[in-house]
Amino acid sequence: MSSVIESHHDDHHHGPAKGLMRWLLTTNHKDIGTLYLWFSFAMFLIGGAMAMVIRAELFQPGMQIVQPEFYNQMLTLHGLIMVFGAVMPAFVGLANWLIPMMVGAPDMALPRLNNLSFWLLPFAFGILLSSLFMEGGAPNFGWTFYAPLSTTYAPPSVTFFIFSVHIMGASSIMGSINVIVTIMNMRAPGMDLMKMPLFVWSWLITAYLLIAVMPVLAGAVTMMLMDIHFGTSFFNAAGGGDPVLFQHIFWFFGHPEVYIMILPAFGIISHIIETFARKQLFGYESMVWAMLSIAILSFVVWAHHMFTVGMPLAAELFFMWATMLIAVPTGVKVFNWVATMFKGSISFETPMLFAIAFVVLFTIGGFSGLMLSIVPADFQYHDTYFVVAHFHYVLVPGSIFSIMAAVYYWIPKWTGNMYDERMGRLHFWLSFVGVNVTFFPQHWIGLAGMPRRYPDYALQFADWNMVSTAGAFLFGASQILFLFIVLKTVLGGKKATPQVWEGARGLEWSVESPAPYHTFSTPPKVN
Amino acid sequence: MEDRMEYQKYYVPESSKFPIFAAISLFILIIGASSTINSLDNPESNASLILYTGLACFLATLFFWFRQVVKENNAGLESTQLSQSFVYGMAWFIFSEVMFFAAFFGALFYVRTFAVPWLGGEGEKGLANILWQDFEASWPLINTPDGGKAFVIAAKSMSFPGWENISHWLPIYNTIVLLSSSVTVHFAHLGLKKGNKKTFNAWLAITVLLALIFVGLQALEYYEAYAHFGLTLNSGIYGSTFFMLTGFHGFHVMLGGLMLAVMLIRSVFYGHFNEHKHFGFEAASWYWHFVDVVWVMLFLFVYIL
Repeated sequence: MSSVIESHHDDHHHGPAKGLMRWLLTTNHKDIGTLYLWFSFAMFLIGGAMAMVIRAELFQPGMQIVQPEFYNQMLTLHGLIMVFGAVMPAFVGLANWLIPMMVGAPDMALPRLNNLSFWLLPFAFGILLSSLFMEGGAPNFGWTFYAPLSTTYAPPSVTFFIFSVHIMGASSIMGSINVIVTIMNMRAPGMDLMKMPLFVWSWLITAYLLIAVMPVLAGAVTMMLMDIHFGTSFFNAAGGGDPVLFQHIFWFFGHPEVYIMILPAFGIISHIIETFARKQLFGYESMVWAMLSIAILSFVVWAHHMFTVGMPLAAELFFMWATMLIAVPTGVKVFNWVATMFKGSISFETPMLFAIAFVVLFTIGGFSGLMLSIVPADFQYHDTYFVVAHFHYVLVPGSIFSIMAAVYYWIPKWTGNMYDERMGRLHFWLSFVGVNVTFFPQHWIGLAGMPRRYPDYALQFADWNMVSTAGAFLFGASQILFLFIVLKTVLGGKKATPQVWEGARGLEWSVESPAPYHTFSTPPKVN
Repeated sequence: MEDRMEYQKYYVPESSKFPIFAAISLFILIIGASSTINSLDNPESNASLILYTGLACFLATLFFWFRQVVKENNAGLESTQLSQSFVYGMAWFIFSEVMFFAAFFGALFYVRTFAVPWLGGEGEKGLANILWQDFEASWPLINTPDGGKAFVIAAKSMSFPGWENISHWLPIYNTIVLLSSSVTVHFAHLGLKKGNKKTFNAWLAITVLLALIFVGLQALEYYEAYAHFGLTLNSGIYGSTFFMLTGFHGFHVMLGGLMLAVMLIRSVFYGHFNEHKHFGFEAASWYWHFVDVVWVMLFLFVYIL
């Protein structure tokens, strides 16, 4: 807190401070990006360990390893940690690292706010995880925390859960305001909106969605808090409320939320495919319009998560058709990626392998989503493993593959070192096989009627559950390899050139590798 | 420094202690809040001490943080571009607040249009009436579906009492006070733009006064609801939506009033703001207009209709 007058006479660039204080006090977008990425990796491993507990219990029918109560806690925390702790912070970390470099800005627009956005997260998740050791256990009502499971029947730790969600929401809102302000206000001269890299566009739209829906989530948990402790009856029909109201509010947040977890992936994949196909991206403008359409439609489809809850017919039909509409802009994107690869001189480095797998497997997840959007069909699929297979296909080989692709693609820029290509490809193939062995059979057991969220199941589902568990442990183990590869790259390796990839284009490739601590203090010229 | 002479350099502080202090204070604050709420029925509990410690630390951090920003501003570190970042930042922050209120208005519209009529047996899901067959839907909902078993039945709602009683109806005075305060803050703004600090200070002081009057009247209304009408948070969904909507609005009025009061102090005692540089005040006034618009919505959908 040295006074301004003292501190600014030497504000020309020096490198990072030393030791722990560098990370606690930093206002540098690259430092904060690194913090976000490591935090999300830690959460990914913790949430992944919980997934292993779940899959181990489901290896055989009957109760083996854990009690049903603990199973429910694992299920809930796995979902919450992966959504709010792993996927979202990883994308924010990428945004921090890349957006200022991509638009030619010296840093994020509000650097101190940026630090606060990050440092709220470890505290919020510390509280959430500590609920495991509280009386009555951790939250056990699923990551969607439907009332009255999360109100009337919730463990006492629900209060801590509610406040940690508030803090996560505050972190997301501040982070998103920062992203939007950076993009609107910090672009280098000549960087028009329609010249922006697609990752920047995807984040502009994502940040808008986040600011629009995180406050709604805050409202939902506040109503829960009031219902539990202060006698209101938002979700209690005895007082004139409605438990279904909770689902409406939750999914009004929740559906845009799932696009929040995929739109940045669209941006990343567009860059990677363009680079390794060595061709200009096909249909840049249609990509932008497709993302905008998806974002707008995401506000009018929420009730497709609740077709079986008992809604009027008109609502069922409206939400079914609105949901189907989303397939159009999504299809535009998939066709554009394929058209970009068409007749390209493709090489298959690790980022490209992940990107191609993304296009194929995300499309599978999209198609099963289309199946789920059909109301009469959904009556059969609802709350079965078909749904579990669907959303894991869009989240694991969708969002998470895109994050891994991004790490391999940009890590030479971050560290100045090339990763080990052979090990990278091995990691890809193990993950690719693991993810499909885990989740593809879940389509079948789901269609056959196995309900989700139970620690036990009927005998006829035993074989495919065993396969699924084997796949999950393969996928889980291969992420240890990923950790090893990343550490190895951070510590050393073949030196990377500034451009790194032959076909790479964009401002971030114009600076040396590793990127200097401060880039673009003077705005670059953009043609 | 030389750099900044040639073109306006964007000010990036090298490092800052404020954010980590804010994060730690919020951590203490929410641990305290959760523990306090979880031990409401335990009079021995000291958890509220943690809550107040966290709150005090957080407010202190915010105070020093904002003071630092003001200092930087006065030291000329702010470029036009940085000011523009604050403009965008405030606008999007207000948008997030709009969406927070949208959740509660959405809940109000949903229960009024769907949940309550269905419980009364009307409409496509009128089957819900089998739960409490004597229940008749009405709004404001005074008799709860369960006939007051789990919830308290109030004597009276806060809705429009008819033209003959309008002079005894507090919300009409609240509306007049808050709408006038939006006008007075605008007069303050106009005065400042002309460089007339006296006009600015006077109108701003009147605005802060009106904010205080509004909060006072709101407190009076709550007292009336609890003491005379038996209308509480416990009075079913009408009480829930009434108190949560007006309560969060009242909280935002206090916050907005505090912002304006800080601007008044800065202007009167420290001579801040002139006709060119006054975004701190402008941001607070935007927030004030936002609070006013929310009140208009409340007046319409909570009190009148």
